[in-house]
Amino acid sequence: MALEDICCFKDNPLYNKKFSSSSLADTTSFLHMTDCFTLPNSVSYNRQPSLSANHSVTVRRPFPLSHGTTTLGFIFQGGVIAAADTRASAGGLVACPAVHKVSPIHSHLVVTSSGSGADCMLWERILTREIRLYQLRHRRCLSIRGTAKLLSFMLHPFKGTDVCVALTLCGWDKEVIYVCSDGARLQGDVISVGSGSPYAYGVLDIGLKWSLSKDEAISLAREAVFRATHRDAYSGNSVDLFHITFREKPEMLHHTSQVLAC
Amino acid sequence: MEYLIGIQGPDFVLVAADNVAASSIIQMKHDYDKMFKLSEKILLLCVGEAGDTVQFAEYIQKNVQLYKMRNGYELSPSAAANFTRKNLADYLRSRTPYHVNLLLAGYDDTDGPGLFYMDYLSSLAKAPFAAHGYGAFLTLSILDRYYRPDLTRDEAVDLLKKCAEELNKRFILNLPSFTVRLIDKEGIRDLEKITLGTK
Repeated sequence: MALEDICCFKDNPLYNKKFSSSSLADTTSFLHMTDCFTLPNSVSYNRQPSLSANHSVTVRRPFPLSHGTTTLGFIFQGGVIAAADTRASAGGLVACPAVHKVSPIHSHLVVTSSGSGADCMLWERILTREIRLYQLRHRRCLSIRGTAKLLSFMLHPFKGTDVCVALTLCGWDKEVIYVCSDGARLQGDVISVGSGSPYAYGVLDIGLKWSLSKDEAISLAREAVFRATHRDAYSGNSVDLFHITFREKPEMLHHTSQVLAC
Repeated sequence: MEYLIGIQGPDFVLVAADNVAASSIIQMKHDYDKMFKLSEKILLLCVGEAGDTVQFAEYIQKNVQLYKMRNGYELSPSAAANFTRKNLADYLRSRTPYHVNLLLAGYDDTDGPGLFYMDYLSSLAKAPFAAHGYGAFLTLSILDRYYRPDLTRDEAVDLLKKCAEELNKRFILNLPSFTVRLIDKEGIRDLEKITLGTK
């Protein structure tokens, strides 16, 4: 695409690998995207993460909500909270009950991941490397917005392939930015991603205020993920929570709570 | 799901876009700005597939700025529109077409105001009024009925409000607020957001 020309991406061996797929597949997927509002019972373009690629669909979802997880991030007066569940599902199987979906990228940036587990792990590492390289080359830390833009541009060549990555960057300069392998890049005050996100939004939208204290915010985030794990089959096990503040320097506090009976 | 509208008057262009950034059934943002400022008097309104909109619009934006830096003067709205269309057309039959629908609105000091409608198949049409999205089905007839070439600014804003009210009444999706901007010989001006309560 346009950016490829500028970045001379066509010389890259990755280019040939990516574009060996048939163009027909690309056309059907992109034509579907915004022209059709996916109604119940329609065959929806369902970009399932590769973790659940093998599961046979018994009950068709009314709308495509892949990313079997619940993650959220929000800002308040005391900093930024990032929380997620810890279940990795592969179809109907709980592949791992203790996955870290919220991971620190550097001392004051945390990323919550959803989508395909393998892709997220890889892209977190790539992002960490690129940020560190930037820091070494330019002798300053890249801002959250810059990081999000960098990640978005790195993911762009893989748009239309099976790479399924939806990361929420939560940083100490009080920003939460959602970056997705579709190409979406959204900055907001509260972002929740994953199959459990509608449930989490329900709890968050009611309880969230700017003036929350630190404990209230932590408990709200934990509650939101808990409610989502209760209703969503693909989320569960524990709640991982990070709180990022900036007093003299940015600091991160990590909490984990066990979700009972899920 | 997303909605864009433009109305051209005798010496201005009024444009509006909804503020919803959605992902599947969730509204992720309520205050998302879909307008990109290409130059002092040109706005590009862009909706469509998630990543394509921002990538394509920013690409056009930076190229228009580059033209100004290289040549010392800005592209006219008509030139910018044709440049945009050419880029869309070039990528249309590639492996990675941009799926975006656009409205380009601008004021040229010699030619006056201009509103250009472009869609993802890279068609281009200069029109006195235009709309994109499902909402267009509901509001184009209102524009047909009440548009006049000699609309004043206030009348144009009223017409816009009529369209927004119709969407609020008949469109199944909730579009609670719209960013409104006006372009005239003074440049681009933010007008008051149109926010609609529940019906």
